[in-house]
Amino acid sequence: MATLYISTRKGLFTLTRGASGWGIADVKFLGDPVATTLPLADGGLLAALDLGHFGVKMHRRSKDGAWTELPAPTYPPQPEPNPSDERPDVKWSLERVWILEQGGDGAVWAGTLPGGLFRSDDAGETWALNEALWNRPERRQWFGGGNVLPAMHSVSIDPRDPRSLTVAISCGGVWHTDDAGASWALRTEGMFADYMPPEQRTASAIQDPHRLVACAADPDTLWVQHHNGIFHSTDRGKQWRYLEPAPSAFGFAVAVHPKDPKTAWFVPAVKDECRVPVEGAVVVNRTRDGGETFETLRNGLPQAHAYDLTYRHALDVDDTGDVLAFGSTTGGLWITENGGDDWQLVTAHLPPIYAVRFGA
Amino acid sequence: MPRVEFTPILRRHLPTPTAEVEGDTVRAVLDAVFAEHPALRGYILDDQGAVRLHVAIFVDGEPLIDRDALSDAVGPRGEVFVMQALSGG
Repeated sequence: MATLYISTRKGLFTLTRGASGWGIADVKFLGDPVATTLPLADGGLLAALDLGHFGVKMHRRSKDGAWTELPAPTYPPQPEPNPSDERPDVKWSLERVWILEQGGDGAVWAGTLPGGLFRSDDAGETWALNEALWNRPERRQWFGGGNVLPAMHSVSIDPRDPRSLTVAISCGGVWHTDDAGASWALRTEGMFADYMPPEQRTASAIQDPHRLVACAADPDTLWVQHHNGIFHSTDRGKQWRYLEPAPSAFGFAVAVHPKDPKTAWFVPAVKDECRVPVEGAVVVNRTRDGGETFETLRNGLPQAHAYDLTYRHALDVDDTGDVLAFGSTTGGLWITENGGDDWQLVTAHLPPIYAVRFGA
Repeated sequence: MPRVEFTPILRRHLPTPTAEVEGDTVRAVLDAVFAEHPALRGYILDDQGAVRLHVAIFVDGEPLIDRDALSDAVGPRGEVFVMQALSGG
């Protein structure tokens, strides 16, 4: 049965597709912030809660439906005195698990705030910080975008080789490894940052990719919704090409078709200092020719006085490429079953939506 | 022995039995509780062992001073209360 997991500020909502359409089938952790979920290969589900007062809590649902709390990733002891190249305001302490992904080898990776990448080889029972990336001297240049602290929000695992990962950090650039995280290199050639002083505009470790996704069938094709617009790569991030479609190139979310690398969707907003839909109309931008042209899709979406913003993890596409869902900061959730041509409002009354993810 | 009590708000997430444990500092007393209830540690302390920003600890009615090392003294009949700070949420 088609399943959709909605992580919100006040709980985890599971939607299923019945004969009459999509509906809420289950509510879990009601009242608690849920940052993200990960459907596991064994049929289970990982959920990362962010309790605010009491920190990040990891929960796993087994295939038969039983939930268990697991240890959260934990940063190693911070050296004393603070290393000279460490920013004084960065405490080595987990603030949020922002993205969870699982590779073909079963390893689960967690991108976190304040920027560390963790790996688990036992589906979340234990975690280890990737120290090779954490100890890179460029980390001192990272800074927060929206958050006070730098945050890793995207972990793209190459389906052809689970040792090949591309991660993205706001604001810390795009990083790539081919040896399961033993060594890392920046991949931001072609990106620029107009929010920086002119001489820093094309610097690497300060770029603010808002979200990075790869095409499952062609993992060399990457799409990035960046603070300054859209960037597209056909060589796994070695070179980026800038795109600036109407009505706005600003936004947070991007999804790419699992089989067609030239098709991608975006949910634009006005600009960084005005994070609402352009002219109060919620739209989805779609390209089907690798970014040469874009269509602005509106059928079924509110077109007047709608102030829904879609966060970076709140747009997802299913395995067919036909079904997409996106959610908003004001609790609206829309689904299309024809690639975005027509949208249907599922509910307008959820808590603020952080992440939307299709499951098996 | 010192007595440790936790805010009932935590019971939504995990059991928090009131405990009587050995120890002459807040760190020692809490470590003794966490030894019995390891999952509780991450709710109260951050990764570096400091008190979470939005958690408040009182010793005999006085707010904890050393929120990093938790070195505040606890008497033989001291009472430690672990509360939810009235912030965030």
